[in-house]
Amino acid sequence: MAESAVAVGTGQAVHVHHEELGFWRTYVFSTDHKMIGRQFLFLGLFMMILGGLLALMIRWQLAWPETQIPGLRWVPEPFMYDGAMGPEFYNAVFTMHATIMIFFVVMPILVGCFGNFLIPLMIGARDMAFPVLNMLSFWVGAVSGVIMLAGFFVPGGHAAGGWTAYAPLTAVTQYTGVNWGQNIWCISLILLGISSLMGSINYITTIINMRAPGMTFFRLPLVIWSLFIVAILLLLALPVLTSALAMLLFDRMLGTSFFLPAGGGEPLLWQHLFWFFGHPEVYVLILPAMGVASEVLSVFARKPIFGYRAMAYSMIAIAFLSWIVWGHHMFQSGMNPALATSFMVSTMVIAVPSAIKTFNWLGTLWGGSIRFTTPMLHGLAFVSMFVIGGLSGIFMASTPVDIFIHDTYFIVAHIHYVVFGGSVFGIFAAIAYWFPKLFGRMMNETLGKIHFWLTFLAFNGTFFPMHILGVGGHMRRIYNPMQYEFLQPLQPVNVFITVSALVLGIVQIPFVINFFWSLFAGKKAERNPWQANTLEWTAPSPPPHGNWGDTLPVVYGGPYEYSPPGVSEDYLPQTQSRVPHLAAAH
Amino acid sequence: MAGGTVADPVLDESGLHLTEVPPVVPPSPHEADLPPPSPPPRKEPFVSNARLGMLMFLAFEAMFFGGLLGAFLVFRLAAVHWPPPGQPYLPGVVTWINTGILLSSGVTMRRALRAIRDGNQSGLMNGLGVTALLGAIFLAVQGGEWVRLVRYGLTLTSGTYGSTFYTLIGCHGVHVLGAVVWLLVILLQSARYRFTARDHVGVQLCGMYWTFVVGLWPVLFGLVYLY
Repeated sequence: MAESAVAVGTGQAVHVHHEELGFWRTYVFSTDHKMIGRQFLFLGLFMMILGGLLALMIRWQLAWPETQIPGLRWVPEPFMYDGAMGPEFYNAVFTMHATIMIFFVVMPILVGCFGNFLIPLMIGARDMAFPVLNMLSFWVGAVSGVIMLAGFFVPGGHAAGGWTAYAPLTAVTQYTGVNWGQNIWCISLILLGISSLMGSINYITTIINMRAPGMTFFRLPLVIWSLFIVAILLLLALPVLTSALAMLLFDRMLGTSFFLPAGGGEPLLWQHLFWFFGHPEVYVLILPAMGVASEVLSVFARKPIFGYRAMAYSMIAIAFLSWIVWGHHMFQSGMNPALATSFMVSTMVIAVPSAIKTFNWLGTLWGGSIRFTTPMLHGLAFVSMFVIGGLSGIFMASTPVDIFIHDTYFIVAHIHYVVFGGSVFGIFAAIAYWFPKLFGRMMNETLGKIHFWLTFLAFNGTFFPMHILGVGGHMRRIYNPMQYEFLQPLQPVNVFITVSALVLGIVQIPFVINFFWSLFAGKKAERNPWQANTLEWTAPSPPPHGNWGDTLPVVYGGPYEYSPPGVSEDYLPQTQSRVPHLAAAH
Repeated sequence: MAGGTVADPVLDESGLHLTEVPPVVPPSPHEADLPPPSPPPRKEPFVSNARLGMLMFLAFEAMFFGGLLGAFLVFRLAAVHWPPPGQPYLPGVVTWINTGILLSSGVTMRRALRAIRDGNQSGLMNGLGVTALLGAIFLAVQGGEWVRLVRYGLTLTSGTYGSTFYTLIGCHGVHVLGAVVWLLVILLQSARYRFTARDHVGVQLCGMYWTFVVGLWPVLFGLVYLY
């Protein structure tokens, strides 16, 4: 369809060598960035089901402590006692819920899947700079996932010190009774760091060196900007976690004393190293979702993104600030008040670029002719939920307030508004938006909208009351709230949250049905079903090996030229020049 | 199908006008601001993919050692006596000599690179061989010193002093070992004349990695041994 348009770009003619690859090279050990992206997507969705089930187990225990969970009577001791959860297993469950959701769901889907799938397609390259490294990145990541899950089946149970693994609790076997579980947790995350390293090298090199002719940095779609920044964050933050994990492993297995006061070690050192990685990691989870929202909002409001450069610069500012705010996780760990104040100030400064982004999204929507498609609904949910999550973050950033709400359910509410309300709605938006390009078929809009509205309601029913629990003093990570007299009046809130969480789990079934039904029987997608500008929509759906036929696209304009003057359509693909239209119109 | 229908009616219209009005189209005020219709042809990247990827990897390595060094400095800066009472001093003279050996291997690596840039195959092989030999000597001397330190009673389990020393210096040692193995692979390839003056990416990458492990050593030496 786009072939007949004016000034279709003609890049250098590169002959694409087509050879038939067998099943294993096509679907399993593929070096094609699109297949690797799909592999990451399936890994992440599978892990999301596991992580979600763990969350429901946590919620059941909190609403109806030490009662039988329906359907889990078969689980043997010492995990469950006739279907009721023991305290040790409860600790392992909340630890693994966070670990799986952060490292094996949001990162593989947003960074692994959409990074791999979108970067070459949106910058006009045939593949990543290092395809074999890319394949290794997935397989090392998958192996690390298998190792992580194997931890459930070792004597002593899985890691149970929380996803933050604070030492010395995690550094000494006797404290938790967990031996190999914690070692496996460390080994798996070291491997995941290597997988992520290979991904980051690929992303950065590809974006710097392999952009199509005319694709300048300030013509990159914002989602590519976000993935570029995320790759830099991961490249520089994960090695610090790797070094900390190595030290923790040495403490556990070789008798060193990095984090053990008995040998002169320093437990706070772990917190510093962990959060030096951990805060950039938080932005690794949210920045790609911001990029996705920028794409989706602009396309479905049929308007250019408001303040393109400000959007790019504010993401750079957020990434830069993420290096100097880690201490705000440690206000209650014992810290010089002057230092705490400087961390408080640097943290609150992040509100500025975040607000720039939020107002620019609103500016994008203002006066647009909005199309309420499923991806757009998820994109709008992202913006509104991110605002709530961002605002509750300001409470924690101020040290006096944090004294009260630290380690309460207020924090749990905040992190879920950012990571579920932000990143996971971003994931749903991205899947619904790029599904036609990923699999060549459209997702069902009706099922998609049902899934969106039910998820949106159940999400807020689950996580908003947690603010109330937190202000009421409900500690996070406790096994049985009924043991505390002052929490007993709050128990109805816990029950309400659990019922909402169960609903939230059940309403994901329409999504799963929609995903797999559309995969095989959805309406065939045309090349550019959303009338979008970016380069991936100039390739067939799904794109073949090498993405474009013999010629690569050439870029003439920015990615958000929607409703441009002098063009009869309300969009102008990046491969088309505006000049001939204007010249002809005069 | 929308994209395709843009141009044709407009062109038809202007085609009609052509018979009446002279086809001089005044430049629109917009047009001056617009980018040129055909973008410049793609340039060769400033840094090649392979070298850029290697730079990323070295950034990762630098941050990894940054984490370990940060841990070391936390203990070192807080300590009143370093080494703590009853713990041995680290070998000074031998390590100074060893530092000289490792630094000179950096020079021989540069020499090997310069040789292959001129197409000098035997110079490349000599350079790589000497570099690998110097690296191996460095490791051997350090291994010998470690044996002596362990005999003095300094082990991984002897407090933060032993923990940081063996972890930090050991991690560097493992990196040198890996680099020596890589050098030997490159040496084997160069013996089969794999590299030419124009195409010797393998040597370049190995050289970058070697420069990193050599350049890291003075930092570790200064902080762990001398400070």
